Amino acid sequence: MTQTVAPPRTEPAALPPKQAPRRAWRPTDAFFHVVLAGWAIVSVMPLLWAVVTAFKPNDEVFGAPFALPSEWRVDNFGRAWGGASIGQFFVNTVIVVSGALLLTMLLSTMAAYVLARYEFRGNRFLFYLFASGLMFPVFLAVVPLFFVVRNLGLLHTHLGLILVYTAYALPFSVFFLTAFFRTLPNAVAEAALIDGCSHAGVFFRVMLPMARPGIVSVALFNFLSMWNQYLLPLVLNQNNESTAVLTEGLAMLQAQQGYDADWSALFAGMVISMLPVLVVYLIFQRKIREGFVAGALK
Amino acid sequence: MRHGKYRFIVSFLAVPLGLYVLFVVSPNVQALIYSFTDWSGYSDEINFVGLDNYARLLADETFWIALRNNAVLLVVLPVVTIALGLLFAYLINVGGARRGVVATGLRGSKFYSAVFFFPYLLSVAIIAILWRQAYSPRGGPVPKTMAAVGVDPPTDGLLGSPETALWAVIGVAVWHAVGFYVVLFTAGLAAIPRDVFEAAALDGANRFTVFFRITLPLLWDNVQVAFVYLGIIALDFFAIVNIMTPHPEAISNSTEVVAHYLYTRAFSGDINPQYGYASAIGVALFFLTLTLAAVMFRVTRREQVELG
Repeated sequence: MTQTVAPPRTEPAALPPKQAPRRAWRPTDAFFHVVLAGWAIVSVMPLLWAVVTAFKPNDEVFGAPFALPSEWRVDNFGRAWGGASIGQFFVNTVIVVSGALLLTMLLSTMAAYVLARYEFRGNRFLFYLFASGLMFPVFLAVVPLFFVVRNLGLLHTHLGLILVYTAYALPFSVFFLTAFFRTLPNAVAEAALIDGCSHAGVFFRVMLPMARPGIVSVALFNFLSMWNQYLLPLVLNQNNESTAVLTEGLAMLQAQQGYDADWSALFAGMVISMLPVLVVYLIFQRKIREGFVAGALK
Repeated sequence: MRHGKYRFIVSFLAVPLGLYVLFVVSPNVQALIYSFTDWSGYSDEINFVGLDNYARLLADETFWIALRNNAVLLVVLPVVTIALGLLFAYLINVGGARRGVVATGLRGSKFYSAVFFFPYLLSVAIIAILWRQAYSPRGGPVPKTMAAVGVDPPTDGLLGSPETALWAVIGVAVWHAVGFYVVLFTAGLAAIPRDVFEAAALDGANRFTVFFRITLPLLWDNVQVAFVYLGIIALDFFAIVNIMTPHPEAISNSTEVVAHYLYTRAFSGDINPQYGYASAIGVALFFLTLTLAAVMFRVTRREQVELG
């Protein structure tokens, strides 16, 4: 970043003595920029290194880590996509994440809506039952979960992962959306009911559109955590290559690499798996940063 | 109408509740039960053995090493990450042009937040793969940089040496998390009324005094949240360890953590699965999490500052 320029003074003649302390701040600003730019480089360099390395011929990957490739090998990406099965992992991830995300959003809005807007016996109990899921580490459940999924015949299947991702996304989503539905006004829903709209009709036609901001925040959060999920597919897929998702598949690929390994394809695979997150971030970056922080403070 | 209402409630709750009970509630309850059994996964025979698994846990040296590593993580990860997060958030927000005596924020502050935040969005699994390559003793950029500045990297690699491995993985976790806390603390700073700073500046307070006497106490809520979140990460830490050092036993367990130890007892394939014992480790982990939450709550609760 460039040296900052003092803002134009509005009343230059009136307050000359104050100018001295103002000038004194500027060198510190420059120092601040050095510190911050330093961390910006630390944040970005490893990622940049991965991208550049993904274009290198295999023998240059570790030979000269800071050099640019002698030739830019785009075919690394083709090899990663096909030969190293990254394409398969990518498709698996898209299927599992989109399925689980749709199901999560449908089920969590339904549950949250009922919990937030209807009085019935056991309402509070059910709300706390869902919310309590936030307190249990997944590791406590993971051994029996493996057997539950196995007994249903859903190991190494997309459906198994979709259902399990959804179940584990429910506590946060229901908790957050219940709070959100409570903040929405009653009048519109009541008017629709009086006009003869069914309960389900009110939900789908009136309340869901009104709840859009909350739904988008929860969906973004869930998308990122599902796309990045590692433990659940590792346990429930057991390194089965044809149903592996990206995180699991790449980790598998790395573990199999020997000395004659196709390193550049591994790097290309990493870049491929980071791309969707980067795209989502570029589109929604403000919303994501604000949403994550707001979610954390809840 | 009434009848319709209850049918509606049931129809909307049945599926989400069913999935949740089947895949989340029941496995948690089962884990508690299995922790009192000798279930090994190889025979169908399951015997209740009372507290044997827990007694074994207390005598298990590797478990204690794992616990100690989690304790190191629990201290180092939050302290370093929060310190860096506060520093960067403070620099971003208090620098820049002055309006009166109050800073308007450093130029490029949005750029910095956006860049710092991005690593946080990447999967821990992917960044663990990336950093394992970056640490590679065969010519990764990290040992090369160390050599260039005159520090000899260990010959077995940073991840292959018991003295450095834990610090190497902590470094990755800090790198991953800092951006989130910069944004969190920035939001907190933005919520502090400007006239508080103005009053302090008029009273002649310098930047350090302002930071420690005003900014930090007013950000205490956010710092508390940060401690809890980073504490949860420190008690998990499975993905980084499993990918960066898949065999902690080869480096004197210097990166072993409780979650990874649990995983290897049940799923590693190198040893006979010990589901009962793994479940007991899971229960221990749950109580650690609960204790952490309770302690954090008590420790950080006092000293809150109310802005009138």
